[in-house]
Amino acid sequence: MSNTHEKPVRLAGAIDVVVIGAGHAGLSISYLLGEAGVDHVVLERGDVANSWRHERWDSLRLLTPNWQTRLPGKCYAGDDPDGFMPVAELIRFIDDYAAGTGAPVRTRTRVTSVRRTRAHYRVDTNRGSWVCNAVVLATGACNVASVPRVAADVPGHIAQLTPQDYRSPEQIESGGVLVVGASATGLQLADELLRAGRDVTIAAGEHVRMPRSYRGRDIFRWLDRTGIHHERYDEVEDINRGRRLPSPQLAGSHDRPILDLNNLREAGAVIAGRLMGVRDGIAQFSGSLRNVCALADLKMSRLLARIDQTADAEGAPAPERFEPTRVDDAPLLTVDLEAAGVRTILWATGFRPDYSWLNVPVMDRKGYLQHDGGIVASPGMYVLGLPLMRRRKSSFIFGIEDDARDIALHLIQYLHSTTKGNSNGIHRDDTAEPGNRLSA
Amino acid sequence: MNEAQTAVNNGINIEALLGAREALTAAPEAAKFVWRAASEWKSGTHTESRVDGFFGLGEEQKHVREFRYDSDHPEIFASEDNGPTPVEFVLVGLAGCLTAGIAAVAQNRGIQLHSVLASIEADMDIQGILGIDADVRNGFNGITVNYRIDADASEEDIAALVAQSQKRSAVFDIITNPTNVHVNVNK
Repeated sequence: MSNTHEKPVRLAGAIDVVVIGAGHAGLSISYLLGEAGVDHVVLERGDVANSWRHERWDSLRLLTPNWQTRLPGKCYAGDDPDGFMPVAELIRFIDDYAAGTGAPVRTRTRVTSVRRTRAHYRVDTNRGSWVCNAVVLATGACNVASVPRVAADVPGHIAQLTPQDYRSPEQIESGGVLVVGASATGLQLADELLRAGRDVTIAAGEHVRMPRSYRGRDIFRWLDRTGIHHERYDEVEDINRGRRLPSPQLAGSHDRPILDLNNLREAGAVIAGRLMGVRDGIAQFSGSLRNVCALADLKMSRLLARIDQTADAEGAPAPERFEPTRVDDAPLLTVDLEAAGVRTILWATGFRPDYSWLNVPVMDRKGYLQHDGGIVASPGMYVLGLPLMRRRKSSFIFGIEDDARDIALHLIQYLHSTTKGNSNGIHRDDTAEPGNRLSA
Repeated sequence: MNEAQTAVNNGINIEALLGAREALTAAPEAAKFVWRAASEWKSGTHTESRVDGFFGLGEEQKHVREFRYDSDHPEIFASEDNGPTPVEFVLVGLAGCLTAGIAAVAQNRGIQLHSVLASIEADMDIQGILGIDADVRNGFNGITVNYRIDADASEEDIAALVAQSQKRSAVFDIITNPTNVHVNVNK
């Protein structure tokens, strides 16, 4: 809170709302705030759509079909509604949105601290500080690649990469690759490396198996039609589990009806259990592979049975069933990395948000942001774009609109409640409060 | 809790389990348990082990009484067979853990169990423990558990019970994943 020792920082402005992050989430709420005439600024550490632009691999495409790619006030207008957008096209889509909506974006403006002052928030950046009534954290759920602790035990001669460093197979030195993780990222990258002729071992923990298309339609059509994607966060049984669910084994491609461990195995991958340890250069895998595959198969069956109810009612083609995941009689438990020629480990073990700059006590003991459907546990602070934030679809591009509308509404009511009779929304005098020094 | 769940009785107090889960979420320190056993060599390969107290919920706890177990080796190993072999205790632990999990998950999912039978087999090549072949491991080459379950549920729901039980089983985890073991002497 008040800290009389802090260095004077140049005041960039006093404003109602600071939105942090100019990706699809930040730009969407900016559009809605703009429509409502709320004075705000969008601070962006790099360029618009920065993570997509600088921190993802070359071949990445959206998992959602083009018809579903939409933001408040903007729909996909191309001629391939059933295709999957390559990242370069998505960046153009978001760039166009920023330009078309006239979003007040300050690029190259990295937030270094957000703190609560007496009645406001102070947002420090490398380009001066802002004082505001409300803050929207729209920095996304995938800022930092999560790497398990076992990475520290990997011998130094083996290269280690995360999906944030990986661009294409050419970048990886010849030799085998151990892909750790069997969610969307892990399987997509394993697939790409296999096609490039690499020896690939996949370490698979718990995962979500899902076909690309089912009964003649894309799976996302069914997740929409059944209402699954619209389920609210306060209706799901175990919200914590729901929010930590790994991304489904999907790729933005119609190459295969399903991308799973079975077809990567056919393509030559060796499938092992979850990577549990590395000792003296020997990777140790869990003996639970059969069960994690059984769990994934059972859960997929339940999902498809649920879809069947809707599909039957809509007269869709007959139900399909997918072969259970095949597991070797004795899956690998250890691999001597050097002897097996493994030269690279690719950690496809998920992402986490980075709130290291957030100096407001809103984290739980596990480091997760505490929020109720995006309303953060500090008055006037909001978040957008986290998994199952308000709905199952929250983390998808198309899922942002409903969430952003809800949050914008709450935020505007909050502004009204705190700034009665003050048309400017903020007392500029406050910036001179003791303990809140923002000397020019 | 819905009606189906309250009507089902697998001898599991699910309210207490769910209550504990909630309480320990709020007070994670109390979730830190220490399990103990003590053993004493009798003669030959015969050892007697005792299980009595453990630590949990922030304090020392006691079983309702002390339990004693003899472990030994069979006569074909030139032993007296005063009890199961230690590796058989591992199978007993796995069976007990998975089956308890099945009952708890079934109760939570409102599934009435009628019988849950398991047979467990573990393959071992004793060339490992006898030091005949260094390429053969001491422990099991693999474990197979076969369940026969009669319950008021579909085949798929029963399979899901068994899968969920493995997912949450301590002994399954202990067996399938590496654990650091520290053995001290006269310390």
